[in-house]
Amino acid sequence: MKILVCIKQVPQKDAPLKLNEAGTWIREDVSYEVNEPDAYALEEALRQKEKHGGEVVVITAGPTRSQQVLREALAKGADRAIHLEDDRFGALESTNTARAIAAAIEGEKFDLVVTGLQSDDYGAAQTGVLLAEILGWPHATIIIGIEKTDSGVHLKRELEAGHYQFIDMPLPAVLTIQSGINKLRYATLIGIKQAKMKPMRKVSYGEVEAKLSKNLQRIERLYVPVKQKKTEMLEGTPPEVAKKLVEHLRNTVRVI
Amino acid sequence: MATVASPIAKSVAGGSFLIENRTPAEVFTPEDFSEEQRQIAETTSQFAANEVLPAADQLEAKNFEVTRSLLKKAGDLGLMAVDIPEEYGGLAMNKTTSAIVADRLSIYASFSVAFSAHVGIGTLPIVWYGTDEQKKKFLPKLATGEWIGAYALSEATSGSDAMNIRTRAELAADGKHYVLNGEKMWITNAGFADLFTVFAKIDGEKFSAFLIERGTPGLSIGAEEHKLGIRGSSTCPLILSDCKVPVENLLGEAGKGHHIAFNILNIGRFKLGAACLGGARNSLTNGIRYAKERKAFGKSIVDFGLVQEKIADSAIGVFVGESMAYRTVGMIDHALAAIEGDAAHSSREIQKRVEEYAVECSILKVWGSEMLDMVVDHMVQIYAGYGYVEEYPAERAYRDSRINRIFEGTNEINRLIITGWLMKRAMTGQLALMPAIAKLMEEVMAPPSFDDPNALDEPLVNEVGLLASAKKIALFTAGAASQKYMAALVDQQEVMGELADILIQVYSFESALLRAQKLSASSSTSAALAQAMVKVHAEHCFSAIETAARRVLAAVAEGDMLRTRLAIFRRLSKHTPVNTIELNRVVARAMIEAGRYSL
Repeated sequence: MKILVCIKQVPQKDAPLKLNEAGTWIREDVSYEVNEPDAYALEEALRQKEKHGGEVVVITAGPTRSQQVLREALAKGADRAIHLEDDRFGALESTNTARAIAAAIEGEKFDLVVTGLQSDDYGAAQTGVLLAEILGWPHATIIIGIEKTDSGVHLKRELEAGHYQFIDMPLPAVLTIQSGINKLRYATLIGIKQAKMKPMRKVSYGEVEAKLSKNLQRIERLYVPVKQKKTEMLEGTPPEVAKKLVEHLRNTVRVI
Repeated sequence: MATVASPIAKSVAGGSFLIENRTPAEVFTPEDFSEEQRQIAETTSQFAANEVLPAADQLEAKNFEVTRSLLKKAGDLGLMAVDIPEEYGGLAMNKTTSAIVADRLSIYASFSVAFSAHVGIGTLPIVWYGTDEQKKKFLPKLATGEWIGAYALSEATSGSDAMNIRTRAELAADGKHYVLNGEKMWITNAGFADLFTVFAKIDGEKFSAFLIERGTPGLSIGAEEHKLGIRGSSTCPLILSDCKVPVENLLGEAGKGHHIAFNILNIGRFKLGAACLGGARNSLTNGIRYAKERKAFGKSIVDFGLVQEKIADSAIGVFVGESMAYRTVGMIDHALAAIEGDAAHSSREIQKRVEEYAVECSILKVWGSEMLDMVVDHMVQIYAGYGYVEEYPAERAYRDSRINRIFEGTNEINRLIITGWLMKRAMTGQLALMPAIAKLMEEVMAPPSFDDPNALDEPLVNEVGLLASAKKIALFTAGAASQKYMAALVDQQEVMGELADILIQVYSFESALLRAQKLSASSSTSAALAQAMVKVHAEHCFSAIETAARRVLAAVAEGDMLRTRLAIFRRLSKHTPVNTIELNRVVARAMIEAGRYSL
């Protein structure tokens, strides 16, 4: 199987985040790491390749620093990498990111595209699904099991309340992977050493620009929720107060 | 040899830090790690945190099956192959990479000790002194962790005086075996090691090393020692009773075993310095976490100045330790990378280049081990009552740290090496210490100069001036001591020790200062934090130097001579202190916000 893994570089989970001056995003001087769900997608791709042979290609879109996630994937065993390299890729909304990826892999003929089910920064959970739409392929989300069959793949999806869904799907397809599906491997020292020799194709903004459209969304303001304390006394007899309280919980706070 | 070019510009003579000035561009710092080294650091950290630490209770109970399986996993990742040549299954990476692995792996001391003993004293003697057959036979197994190595030098009555060992080897009548008799003590990994490098004197005279496989008739392993700390590591005596060792297992030349015994130690010392960093970072993380959770008088104890001071102290310890360790290993790599052609594989050439930095390696060992002791002590104090019980991590870290001041040469032996080695180089003219002292004496006798050091456009100008004064005090004090005792200075251990302390402080001060200057070019938060740390450290070093110098000066002269010297000393040590209380708060706040050591 020829598998593409879409990986995003996100701020480190335990990094203290500070807002930028415009209050529209965080300051860039934080440490970055591989988006965790994408790490599971890569691990699953590597396992599929080990079982069935083929090739694992990794792709990311972002500034020069994001190359780090590709190097890490190459060190873990991916065969080659594609880097959509430009600061402007970081500012694209999911639709345009998906368009850019689709344009960059034109002519590649992948059997499968996998990615994490969402990113740990924006958390939109859109790029994978939109990429499927643009490619005209079927997709499935929140995957926790992949088995290759003669006609395609047999998949296990995680639903709510401990329920699972099993699906058979033809290939090519796009799957978004749930964290914890497998046990992540470490990059071995020999893998890290060899990664330097593996091919990395750079794709410039100009090469895919024609396929992009104007961003339809933008972040107006990002802020830390303000802590506030308001005390409201409910007056009346106990039955009246109870009734008011239920109304309040149902209609104002909406927790029941 | 080296796979990554070192960015430092020029080669530097060992010990020259006292008389020469370096520029920030000339020193290697953690900021210079290659992408490959950063990834290796990450793999090592993850392995330590996800595999080793969760097994700590089993390891602590001396479940050596778990130890062996973790060592094998480390081997599978390639962590044991860093220093081994490629033709014997290794990765042939440079010493910086090797130090990074030692640093990042060391968050649980017992495992770190088992690992370090294996890759260092357990493996390096074969890498450096083995015949091609010995290397082919043993190194591929040691590189993967299939076999574990140990090193048996000490005996009940010989430790630092290693040449006094009593274990004997006699060539058997058939000429095919040596027969060894004797007893070794304090052998790390002995309980489960497969291969021992054992030192013995052939015919009671020729100090030599032998490779002895576990299971060799006549080799038996004694009972585990009950230790103060590193209880998860194995330490046993070895008993050699007519132990028959094939002649092909003689390592290196007969009678030249002391080369093996001593050269391995330099590597061991800089790696120990690096390993102390990992331990200190981990203790600091634990301490910050606890201090944030623990409430007293209605707020987190992390908000209290005296707690913050401990956090700042520890963080500065890590920063300075990193600066010294990676500067030193950077110099070693630079020297090794410069070896050309076939000589690159010559172990003699490699050792010569490493030995050049013997003073720096000893400094790292002493400074690193004492820094870690300071950090774990602070952590016990932050945890207070909970720091004194086994259920919390501070207690074990406190016990585990103590061995670092003892093994790889006690800190006392290393202090004597630091001063002795520099003095020897000065006497033989290899290092221009004597001319530097003479020049300084001329300078201090002349009327004061009015050159304004503040003319330098540089945020650390005060510290640059302070370092220059520190170096002058070091030369002045060393000059006074050598004038009194000449070559007999070696018999004045307390003076040697104080001089070593001055040298250690100068090296730590300069290393931290150069790194902070280098960081000034980078992102503003790291640069400002590094500057704060260096300012505090500079004050600390300078007081330590003043105290030691005063003690030496009083010991080597009296009357008018002493009074004249003290007048000069006061002139050299004159400076206005900075507000280290405020700076410590700045450092502590940054660490508390990050929840760990962070730059």
